[in-house]
Amino acid sequence: MLETKNINFYYGNFHALKNISMKMEKNTVTAFIGPSGCGKSTFLRLFNRMNDLIDNTKLTGECIINDKNIYHKSVDVDELRKNVGMVFQKPNPFPKTIFENVAYGLRVNDMGDKHFIQQRVEESIKSAALWNEVKDKLHKSAFELSGGQQQRLCIARALAVSPEVLLMDEPASALDPISTSKIEELIHELKQQYTIVIVTHNMQQAARVSDKTGFFMLGELIEFNDTKKIFLNPDEEQTQNYITGRFG
Amino acid sequence: MKHSEQELFLLKAEVIEMWKFVISQLEKSKSALLNDDYELAREVMIREKRVDLYELKIESDCENHIALYAPVAIDLRLVLSLLKITSSLERIGDFAESIARYVIMENSTILNPKIVEDLKVETMFDLVIGMLTDTFALFNSGKTEVYGKILFKDDDVDTIYKNSFNIMTQFLLNNPTMIRSGLELILVVRKLERIGDYCSNLVEDVVFYVDAKVLKHKQIPESQSNTQKNSQEIDTDEDQD
Repeated sequence: MLETKNINFYYGNFHALKNISMKMEKNTVTAFIGPSGCGKSTFLRLFNRMNDLIDNTKLTGECIINDKNIYHKSVDVDELRKNVGMVFQKPNPFPKTIFENVAYGLRVNDMGDKHFIQQRVEESIKSAALWNEVKDKLHKSAFELSGGQQQRLCIARALAVSPEVLLMDEPASALDPISTSKIEELIHELKQQYTIVIVTHNMQQAARVSDKTGFFMLGELIEFNDTKKIFLNPDEEQTQNYITGRFG
Repeated sequence: MKHSEQELFLLKAEVIEMWKFVISQLEKSKSALLNDDYELAREVMIREKRVDLYELKIESDCENHIALYAPVAIDLRLVLSLLKITSSLERIGDFAESIARYVIMENSTILNPKIVEDLKVETMFDLVIGMLTDTFALFNSGKTEVYGKILFKDDDVDTIYKNSFNIMTQFLLNNPTMIRSGLELILVVRKLERIGDYCSNLVEDVVFYVDAKVLKHKQIPESQSNTQKNSQEIDTDEDQD
């Protein structure tokens, strides 16, 4: 489903990702862990070409989704981002109503009539486990929601355009434990329909939600393995040192 | 050393202390039994309470460590192993104490030294003390390559135990007035056999901690067999944990 082959990425002269190759299966959750600045978020952003927006960067290698290199010149980036949704660390709802936040992607992509949009918004909010909390205030401002609710709204917004892949960059790091728990439950549920890649600094979160875990350090993928293996008996000493807190 | 590492280090040190103490208990119970030493037997019985206290303290510390530090990988395996090791050491401590109790009960006056010799009680003691000491060294050094040699000693203990019934039956036929002390002695032999089993469990726990390998209910690999013994089944009878 998702695959990279010999990915190298540079910010100017800085070699941020070094020869990374990996495969992620459909309907799985993959977590990326590693110290700050190790390249995990940069690697995550490759999958919907968010790094294209940064000046003076260079990429070599292949980033493949459904057997197609997404950096090929024939790829429509807007179409790609419909297929690969993203949720960020800090909830970032638009200054619109709850309904319009979720409907936004459908409207700008001209994806169906009013009835379809209404139906899809409801489905997406339900999928994001938010419906019961907002069904009576869909036309109120998204800013009235709590941080955890705003984050689930952002997930609903990403789901509305029916992506196959969901990228999450520390989606719960700004949330309280209850909201974090809801997001983690949601990840378990969404796995049935979506392929999820998550960057997290919370190792217990990686252990709880993911099927596979990749450990990055200094731009290298040190180990990519089943999450159980990583947290019980990792192959690499560097991985063990990091997850047991002996790193650095 | 980081704080969490320091905590684990202290936890391991507690188990090392308990382990040494249990070895000393077993050595004393051996000496008490073979030398009819009533005072030494009393000492073993009194000191048994310390073994129980070690167990309670270590269990509580392991629980706290899991709750507070959420250990993973080798740290998690260490804490899980320490819990099991502590439980096995406590049981071995119980056996040492009950052997000492036997010495006091019999007061060594009617025990026939010949039958003790025929049953190879001293050899059994030496084997299980050897297993306990060697496993302790394994735990301390982390060098688990030789674990098979320790496990094979348990087979020797089992062989002596199995032969003990015929030897004791013959002895009791010839000495019908000593049925009571004979039966008590066979229970001592049984306790030594069980100590061998617990030592095997300790080996399995140390190998799990160091190598993340599960040996329980598995055959000892060929690489672990020495020249005289090839692959043999680890005893997994219903009494073994």
